Amino acid sequence: MSKVLIQFAHPTHSKSNVQKTLEKYARKVKGVTFNDLYEHYPDLFIDIKREQQLLAKHDIIIFQHPFYWYSSPPILKQWQDLVLEYNWAYGPKGHALNGKKIFNAVSCGGGRDAYTASGYNRFPVGQYLLPFNQTAYLCRMDYLPPFVVHETYTIEDYTLKAYGEQYAELLDALVNDRIDPAELARVEYLNELFPH
Amino acid sequence: MIYLASAVVMVPIAKRLGLGSVLGYLVAGVIIGPAGLKFIGMEGQDIMHFAEFGVVMMLFVIGLELEPSRLWRMRKSIAGLGGLQVGVTTVLVAGVAMLFGIGWKEALALGMIIAMSSTAIVMQTLNEKGWLKTVAGQSSFAVLLFQDLAIIPMLALFPLLADHAGLPDGHAGGSLVSALPAWQQAIVVLLSVSAIVLTGKYLLRPVFRMMARTALREMFTATALLLVVGIAVLMTSVGLSPALGAFLAGVVLANSEYRHELESSIDPFKGLLLGLFFISVGSSIDFSLVISKPLLIIGLVAGLMLLKMAILFVLGKIFEVRNAQNFIFSIGLSQIGEFAFVLLSFSVQEGVLGKEVSDTMTAVVAISMAMTPLAMMVNEKFILTRFCLVSAGLQTAQRPSDVEEEDNPVIIAGYGHFGNIVGRFLRANGVEATVLDNDSDNVDFLRRIGLKVYYGDATRYELLDIAGAGRAQMIIIAISDEEKRLELIETVKKHFPHLHMLVRSTNRNDAYDLMNAGMMHIYRETFDTSLRLGVDALKLLGHRAHEATRMAKTFFVHDERTLKHLSSIRNDEEYIHAARQHMEELEMIMQADREAVNLNALAGWDRKAEAETA
Repeated sequence: MSKVLIQFAHPTHSKSNVQKTLEKYARKVKGVTFNDLYEHYPDLFIDIKREQQLLAKHDIIIFQHPFYWYSSPPILKQWQDLVLEYNWAYGPKGHALNGKKIFNAVSCGGGRDAYTASGYNRFPVGQYLLPFNQTAYLCRMDYLPPFVVHETYTIEDYTLKAYGEQYAELLDALVNDRIDPAELARVEYLNELFPH
Repeated sequence: MIYLASAVVMVPIAKRLGLGSVLGYLVAGVIIGPAGLKFIGMEGQDIMHFAEFGVVMMLFVIGLELEPSRLWRMRKSIAGLGGLQVGVTTVLVAGVAMLFGIGWKEALALGMIIAMSSTAIVMQTLNEKGWLKTVAGQSSFAVLLFQDLAIIPMLALFPLLADHAGLPDGHAGGSLVSALPAWQQAIVVLLSVSAIVLTGKYLLRPVFRMMARTALREMFTATALLLVVGIAVLMTSVGLSPALGAFLAGVVLANSEYRHELESSIDPFKGLLLGLFFISVGSSIDFSLVISKPLLIIGLVAGLMLLKMAILFVLGKIFEVRNAQNFIFSIGLSQIGEFAFVLLSFSVQEGVLGKEVSDTMTAVVAISMAMTPLAMMVNEKFILTRFCLVSAGLQTAQRPSDVEEEDNPVIIAGYGHFGNIVGRFLRANGVEATVLDNDSDNVDFLRRIGLKVYYGDATRYELLDIAGAGRAQMIIIAISDEEKRLELIETVKKHFPHLHMLVRSTNRNDAYDLMNAGMMHIYRETFDTSLRLGVDALKLLGHRAHEATRMAKTFFVHDERTLKHLSSIRNDEEYIHAARQHMEELEMIMQADREAVNLNALAGWDRKAEAETA
């Protein structure tokens, strides 16, 4: 059994469609803690103590957020700046996060083909997430491939529902340690572990 | 005293049994009346006349709750539903009566009498059940209103129906104008109605403002009573129904800022007089007559109620009242109303009906009124449950377009410089609030700039109730007087425990008191502003804006925490001299400030500072 912490960041939650659906499914999974960052820190004044305690209590961290300008909404950056303290998360005495798993669950407006060398976004999603990847590395964490929802502006309800179920399956598998590390190595997105 | 005692005993019992207060009053009347313990004799009739004043007051209050624009939007249901109900019932009842061999004139009079329903019983019952704003409630109200209007032509029509010469002194209720020719009567009536409207519109507001300035609650009550009594007298003297006049005055005042205050001062009188009225109805049931002709009376009651119910049900269907609501509507209005007593005695005077018919009918009317609460209960328990709509359906039943829900989710008590910022902010974001303020000049000013603000003392239960505290989600307590705030908190805790309370506090000490009162949301009125000033001071001294802002936020969180901590300590040392305690507190605050490890607002970004503290 692993404890999963979702660090959720959405500044305009009331206008969200995809992220709200993912949230709905995620909140139903047992063993998952859902931490709504903008709801807790509406003015980006993050409670560092509380966040560090949350991290310490969980084994798997997920940054769940829409893809804004090829990155996360600002609160996640603020969160990294403040919470991942020197000699706590990294540095010679910083071992608090050792061995924990971490990945991003994002929603993008563009299709998967847009995120290819020939597409208009030129690079794959994983490349845009490199800062997260490297941050995890510096904190001695294990960075997993992302969970991605594409084409959020034109998504149909039944597709969205399928994504939601897929997300819930993934979370459940994470909680119950049912993910095979060997399989992780061969997928680009975590979605591929649960084909629909 | 007997009346009061019997009411005090019977009403709680009836309520406990789920029968509603109306039935309680009626039973109390039966018990103490000539048929029961004979505490009161036939003077019950006189008391009833006096108590009819309760009905007048009730219509005044109903009028207060109905703004003219809303009334105008209801015109279709009033004229359509109400008109058809009165018309169809009259014709059908008259037809049936003629089948039994009654002459057409008498039959028509009976039909009109029977078409009436009881405003007092229906409105009281609907109100108690909280159904006034449902479709059934609104439709019932529309019909009752039309019936009240219909009384006037009926009274005029009855003399024409007289078969045999009326009793020698049978004048139209002794009205002043009955001696005048018809066109002059009409002018007098028009004049008095416009007098009421104009007085209500232009004269009463300054008067009420003056009364409010005296800050004596009794004066306000006295003025309100005087107003209602005055209207009743005026209307009676020109031969109109006083209830209708009072209703009119209520509607005129519905837009005024004193509306809630007026309502709450009239309410107790209204309730008592209505109770008295129901008791006298109960006591006036002539049981000797019932016993001598039981079949006839019971048959008449059952037959007439079923007939009225059927007509109402069909009309309800035509006007698209949904099934469950239609049952409430048609069963609720199936009795014969208190105006029937008036019409009956009037028709005897005018010689339209014989004494025997009228006595029988009086008993029938009274019994049918007594049956209504029972029928409503049966309806609620058996019929409505079958529709699975009992509570949920009633709450969510769609409202007809001509009715506007007035209840706001937020009540703001106190609309001075504090409350009005909150109110403006909420309004800018589409949240409407009901605003109460007890400074009549302020209210006057705010209304002139177009805000809906009501005058009144928010610590009073009645005012809160009328302002919709029962249905609101939260109350924002922004009044400046500390003691009034605590008083208001107690009232809300006692009567409206579901409300979130967001409370303004003057300073630390006041905040402690509010914490002791169990408040969770406390806002020190100068705290945020002082800190903002502090931030600007730091900026002028050369600090970076963002850093200064973060430091202020850190201080804010720290201070709120200290406040909670110190409040718990303070409770144990309540007997320490206040001044000394204040000094100690200040010292503790400053010490806590220095000790707060978190005060370094730049933690995280500054690796060197981190390394030093680590």
